[in-house]
Amino acid sequence: MEIIMAFVIGFLFMAAVYLMLSRSLLRIIIGTGLLSHGAHLLILTMGGLGGSAPPVLADGVEDFADPLPQALILTAIVISFGVTAFFLVLAYRSYQELNTDDISEMKGGDEEDE
Amino acid sequence: MKTNDVIIQFTAKIVFFIIFFFAIHIFLAGHYTPGGGFVGGLLASSAIVLLVLAFDINTVRTIIPVTYTTLTACGLIIALATASFPMLLGDPFFTHYFDYFTLPLIGKTSLHTAMLFDTGVFLVVVGVTMTIIQTIGEDE
Amino acid sequence: MAQLLYIFIPMLAAVLLPFLYKYIKSIHTGWFVLAVPATLVAIYITYIGAVARGEVFTATMNWIPSLAINFTSYLDGLSLLFSLLITGIGSLVVLYSIFYLDKEKEQLHNFYIYLLLFMSAMLGVVQSDHLISLYFFWELTSISSFLLIGYWFTRDGSRFGALKSMMITVGGGLFMLGGFILLSIMGDTYSIRELIAQAPELVNHEYFTWALVLVLLGAFTKSAQFPFYIWLPDAMEAPTPVSAYLHSATMVKAGIYLVARLTPIFAMSEIWVWLVSGIGLLTLFWGSFFAVKQTDLKGILAFSTVSQLGLIMSLLGASAVAFHVTNAEDTIFKFAAYAAIFHLINHATFKGSLFMIAGIVDHETGTRDIRKLGGLMSVMPLSFTVAAIGSFSMAGLPPFNGFLSKEMFLTAMLALKDFELFNFDTWGILFPVVAWIASVFTFVYSFYFVFYTFVKKREAQLPTNVHEAPIGMLISPIILATFVVTIFFIPNVIGDLFVKPAVIAIQPFLYSSPGEVKIAVTAWHGFNTELFMTIGVVMFGLLLFMTVKRWQKLYALQPEFLSLNRAYDGMMLGLDVGANRFSKLYMTNSMRSYLIYMFSAISVIVIGTLLFKGAFTMSFEGTAPIRAYELILLVVLVTGVITTLIAKSRLTAIIGLGSVGYTVALFFVIFNAPDLALTQLVIETISVALFLLAFYHLPPLTKVNERMRFQVNRAVVSIAVGAMVTILALSAQSQKVFPSISKYYEETVATLAGGGNIVNVILVDYRGFDTLFEIAVLGIAGMGIFAMIKLRLTKKENINENK
Repeated sequence: MEIIMAFVIGFLFMAAVYLMLSRSLLRIIIGTGLLSHGAHLLILTMGGLGGSAPPVLADGVEDFADPLPQALILTAIVISFGVTAFFLVLAYRSYQELNTDDISEMKGGDEEDE
Repeated sequence: MKTNDVIIQFTAKIVFFIIFFFAIHIFLAGHYTPGGGFVGGLLASSAIVLLVLAFDINTVRTIIPVTYTTLTACGLIIALATASFPMLLGDPFFTHYFDYFTLPLIGKTSLHTAMLFDTGVFLVVVGVTMTIIQTIGEDE
Repeated sequence: MAQLLYIFIPMLAAVLLPFLYKYIKSIHTGWFVLAVPATLVAIYITYIGAVARGEVFTATMNWIPSLAINFTSYLDGLSLLFSLLITGIGSLVVLYSIFYLDKEKEQLHNFYIYLLLFMSAMLGVVQSDHLISLYFFWELTSISSFLLIGYWFTRDGSRFGALKSMMITVGGGLFMLGGFILLSIMGDTYSIRELIAQAPELVNHEYFTWALVLVLLGAFTKSAQFPFYIWLPDAMEAPTPVSAYLHSATMVKAGIYLVARLTPIFAMSEIWVWLVSGIGLLTLFWGSFFAVKQTDLKGILAFSTVSQLGLIMSLLGASAVAFHVTNAEDTIFKFAAYAAIFHLINHATFKGSLFMIAGIVDHETGTRDIRKLGGLMSVMPLSFTVAAIGSFSMAGLPPFNGFLSKEMFLTAMLALKDFELFNFDTWGILFPVVAWIASVFTFVYSFYFVFYTFVKKREAQLPTNVHEAPIGMLISPIILATFVVTIFFIPNVIGDLFVKPAVIAIQPFLYSSPGEVKIAVTAWHGFNTELFMTIGVVMFGLLLFMTVKRWQKLYALQPEFLSLNRAYDGMMLGLDVGANRFSKLYMTNSMRSYLIYMFSAISVIVIGTLLFKGAFTMSFEGTAPIRAYELILLVVLVTGVITTLIAKSRLTAIIGLGSVGYTVALFFVIFNAPDLALTQLVIETISVALFLLAFYHLPPLTKVNERMRFQVNRAVVSIAVGAMVTILALSAQSQKVFPSISKYYEETVATLAGGGNIVNVILVDYRGFDTLFEIAVLGIAGMGIFAMIKLRLTKKENINENK
């Protein structure tokens, strides 16, 4: 299963990068969303997908799923939520101010340099 | 945009309490069964979001008169205070203490300082989520 | 310990200054500051007796124990002499500045804080035994000097001069650090004393020459030796008390100090003797020759300082010869070290007073341009007297202390030509000749300085009604001038108290106690070559001085573009333009290019490392079984991803993303991660709600025709990143190098943390730090969003409304 997952995760990352390299702000944000999903699955997979019980102490259970990746992912999920929300508002505000969602039109700093 | 949908509003009120208490439950149980500050906080905020959807932001604000930015700050302070408190006792930063008590009616139970820290997490999550929703919502 | 504390007293006092400045307006802040160096002088005077008997005092305090870096104060003759100069001249300069800087107009707190900072730094330089702390203080002097030169920061000249001095001295300091590190590698210690003890072995080390050259670069830049002297004339933009203090008496002598201190280590080298004495002599000549060209009073003094520093430097180089001759006690070279230290003291006295006089002239007449000045003798008789004493001493005339040390200098230079090693027997004749020519020019600019300011008839009308300076301003220069005369009559008292203990530090292998330095200075030593040279200097000097107006025009022949200053400017400009051009090559102002850089870099690095290190493996061992419903979920996941990729409308894309998120949550369920599943479900719901909120505000997706080249790049980079992650995941999965810490968590969760849900306990207990910072990040993101929406620039808002 881990082998298949590795390829699926690679596909997720590829799609994420592809989207992040587009011009539209919304696509970029969706790309970052995919990127964090990919990262979460990556951490989970690298910890191993074995284990027959959730990592909660219970009588008679010995074979827990690895708790460490789960703790890391939990942190990552919440952070990626915060970041996604930040991006969304950033995109929304810059669209309001600049009236474009095309980042190739948002180059800054030209006035001072040239 | 002011809708006047009695059924939705009535259902929302009931569901709000169900979700909210479930959130509290999951938060408190977090140390032993799945749950904890994050999930609890997120569930609690989604309960509030439900209210926002059913009523509107201003009404919800009168129902729950909390400044969410302050809530975030409080959460952070509680978390930090819990983490640094052991230093006063000469223990390393982030030492947690716990003990078991036998209370009437409830029976054997345990108290953790980790729970206080989780409370901080809970408050921050609720505070930030609601800050985001509220500010975006108000900006219509 | 107390001995170390003294170094930091000025710095500690600086902390109090802003309050004194703010709350006690009626008293000039300088009076409070004066107490600091005055106290320190009193303290260091108590050491004189013991140090003159050859005792040394040390105190150590740990700074960074893990790197074996400490503050060690080592007070021997050399350090004590410098400490006394720093605090003594410091007191006089502070006293002078009280009258020089107006308490209403000037930012006194800034000025004195910089000055006190410098004082601490300088004391640290001369007392540190540890090379790294020495370097620390060394750069601190450069920084405080930068701040002081730029004190009048509204002037272009100040900022330019400050930057120039900073660039050159800090640059040199970095070279020096390299030298120090090489020294520490060679000797396996940072302690100067221990390095000196190992000196005979160090000479043969392969790094020896490198260390030598690098350390000398540091010393030469700091002490304004040729060709690095160019920062010193520009540093004259600083307030005059600063020029008198930093740029003539103390900071520029740090290089001299370093050379003197490290002479026992390096003196065995031929390169050292040639470089130190040769560069010193060249600087001596160069400085004195160009001093006559200057029209600014302080400019003349700056070049004269450069030249005098060269003189001391060349004497130190000559003193190194003592390490190479047998029976050094009987040869003349032992004089060189003595003469160097002696002249250092003399220079501090007469140059300090001259700078203060230049400041007084500037202060009273409003100009420092020597072409406009003249005839001030009648209105400023006291200033004239002091200036004359200082100048005659500088010119090397009796009965002033400069005469004594200049005679000794000539003796040492004459001796060099008879030295038989290192080709000195052929080239050595140059030393006395150049020294003599330089002395003639020294004589000329000394006279030029005093006579053209005070005696010559004034050509231009001075703007203000000129009068003598207030007595407070004159106290300091008069005290210094008194020293100039006194030292001439009691040179051996000074010699016994200060010079001999310092000489021990430079030539430790020759003597074991100051009493063994059997040198007595006399004003008259018969009709010998030195005396005839001096007479020649006076005669030729007078001749040249009389005709100075005629041949001064020759300086104009030097083409502007050949000057060292021009080289510096060109270099700075070139660096600036070059750096800009280079940045422009890749800074395209397009975020997508930057992303491409980053993604390709990380792919190349990771894949490259995995391949070259042979870390890529793939094993099917211990993998989880594949179940049918997992495959179905995977298909859903991939479909969701493809949907987002090809979506034409916003809604489809968002739904695609949502479906990916929910599938991931289901994966969490399957793989026994209930906490994650719960969190992911709730988060996904809220995220989708957020996306939909933003959906209203963002424009529809449009089909953009990208350039073909970019599309190819984009596809290649995406595939590379995807491949990288897959390879990484496979390798990580296939080889477990370390046992996971999870076992520990599982075993101790009930006993140590009293919990049952391992994931939650890890979050709040084992790895609480992560969580603490995570909620901090979350809080910051929340604040950011709040700020972005609530705070708007009013100007922008208006534009928005107009649309």
